[in-house]
Amino acid sequence: MSALPEAIDANTAATDATDAASAPPHPLREMWQYFRQNRGAVFGLVVVVVIVLMALFANQLAPHPPSLQYRDATLVPPAWQAGGSSRFLFGTDAVGRDMFSRIIHGARLSLLIGLVSVTLSLSIGVVLGLVAGYYRGVMEVAIMRLMDIMLALPSLLLAVAIVAILGPGLINAMYAIAVVMLPHYARQTRAAVIGELSRDYVNASRIAGAGTLRIMFNCVLPNCAAPLIVQATLGFSSAILDAAALGFLGLGAQPPTPEWGSMLASALEFIQSAWWVVTFPGLAILISVLAFNLMGDGLRDALDPKLKR
Amino acid sequence: MFLFFLRRVALIIPTFLGITLLVFSLIHLIPGNAVEAMSGERGMDPVRYARLLHEFGLDRPLYVQYADYLGKVVQGDLGHSVTTQEPVLREFLTLFPATLELALCAMAIALLIGLPAGMLAALKRNTVLDYSVMGISLTGYSMPIFWWALLLILLFSVTLGWTPVSGRIDILFDLPPVTGFMLIDSLLSGEPGAFRSAASHLVLPAIALGTIPLAVIARMTRSSMLEVLREDYVRTARAKGLSRWRVVGIHAFRNALIPVITVIGLQVGTLLAGAILTETIFSWPGIGKWLVEAIHRRDYPVVQGGILLSASIIILVNLIVDVLYGVINPRIRHTT
Repeated sequence: MSALPEAIDANTAATDATDAASAPPHPLREMWQYFRQNRGAVFGLVVVVVIVLMALFANQLAPHPPSLQYRDATLVPPAWQAGGSSRFLFGTDAVGRDMFSRIIHGARLSLLIGLVSVTLSLSIGVVLGLVAGYYRGVMEVAIMRLMDIMLALPSLLLAVAIVAILGPGLINAMYAIAVVMLPHYARQTRAAVIGELSRDYVNASRIAGAGTLRIMFNCVLPNCAAPLIVQATLGFSSAILDAAALGFLGLGAQPPTPEWGSMLASALEFIQSAWWVVTFPGLAILISVLAFNLMGDGLRDALDPKLKR
Repeated sequence: MFLFFLRRVALIIPTFLGITLLVFSLIHLIPGNAVEAMSGERGMDPVRYARLLHEFGLDRPLYVQYADYLGKVVQGDLGHSVTTQEPVLREFLTLFPATLELALCAMAIALLIGLPAGMLAALKRNTVLDYSVMGISLTGYSMPIFWWALLLILLFSVTLGWTPVSGRIDILFDLPPVTGFMLIDSLLSGEPGAFRSAASHLVLPAIALGTIPLAVIARMTRSSMLEVLREDYVRTARAKGLSRWRVVGIHAFRNALIPVITVIGLQVGTLLAGAILTETIFSWPGIGKWLVEAIHRRDYPVVQGGILLSASIIILVNLIVDVLYGVINPRIRHTT
């Protein structure tokens, strides 16, 4: 082999390398690069994916229907403990329902609560924030004062107040949690919108004849999406936590729904005799909340590398 | 300074009005009938209904009702509980010391552990110690405290038998309420064993309630400390030959405390909300348990009054923190 082609090869390879280095990486790829460095965040992501899969395939994964009562097997301890049975991995509760199946189905409810309340809250909050940031004036004062008032109340207290009005139940708990989270999204959107509106690209598109709605949703909103994505991820964890708290107080999902918080509430009287009915639902809440928090922290660092470095 | 104070007070008035409006509309937003909700009766005859409608003032225009409600609130009249017929404000004031005692102890635990833990994590950055403090505090922050409380009961009350499960003091003690704080009252009573009993009742709820503030304070102290340790004046102090502990303890720590104080102020809301759960679990006779029971009994005057009073306390504490901030830092006083 002559030396010439080799030299050319090396040359093109070098140009390729400089091209790759000078071209900015795709934003998603760059984000993943940063996200990947945070081991906690990756762990959180993995757990979240597992929970999502659990929720999606609950019917296939759960060995028993969540509400089926085995009257001959009440308060059976977990499989690995003396007296446990391999039929019930995490044991059974006071009326003989399989704890493991109920926990799996509970993932479905918790994610649903998170999804519904975050979506609801995010969409209303973003619109309120856009309106406040875009129009300013009286509209802004009215919206932001209302948000400030809501922020003055701790989230659980406000949620309890709303449930007191609407009446206890799963759906009302979702509404309550959505309302509680609203101010965060509205404030964040407004702040980002005000920051973006003075930029040249907004003026340019206005001059080019873009309408108000187009500027709001097509120009400004995508550019302030990063903090909203982080907030929404963290919103999932607080939604799961608040929903469980409401369920525990008897103000959220009602028994026999396999919701983790209400499962804990009905397990209270067996705390002395059956540790497993108390331990597993709480562990499920803790793990999912922790996973979303880890993921949210990682996303925050990944989406805003400037802040970190 | 006085002007700054006045401006801050003026800022909370609209917030307070907003909350009264929210609480006032509560009774009108309840699905079903406001008269039935307020009286706790169902299926009454039309004559009685009309009489109650008039008695509650619900036959007047809404704005008159609101003005009337606001007037009463300002005079401290929050209505009467449907179940006990007691004035709501009096019930609140009787129960509030219990919640306050619990919250103060929880905060004390959070500060006593959170501040040193955060400081150590900052000083030993990127060591096993740092990672464990941060890991534990993130777990604490994600902890469903009602479950955490149950675990504490399971370990310390059920398994080890060290602490009682519920209440404020053993029922054998009949202490005259002097301050409303069981720890102090039990000392004042001079009865042997009373203080011990009160303290052992308090410790688990206080740990449960203090966990989230502890986690937040530890994280905040760490990051604020890390920031301050990079400052030039810290390096100067070291260069002058001051001992490491003097630099860290006096120069760095005091400045690192400023953002931590804000966080402490913000935790008051967390404590009040957490009290709802903690008190329910430990049967602690405070306002959190009272509020939840009122919701279950549909005792709406209590729900209204309880929410209004809790919110007012939070607003007041935030005001105090704001003003204190102005006292500590003159720049804030003059710019806003």
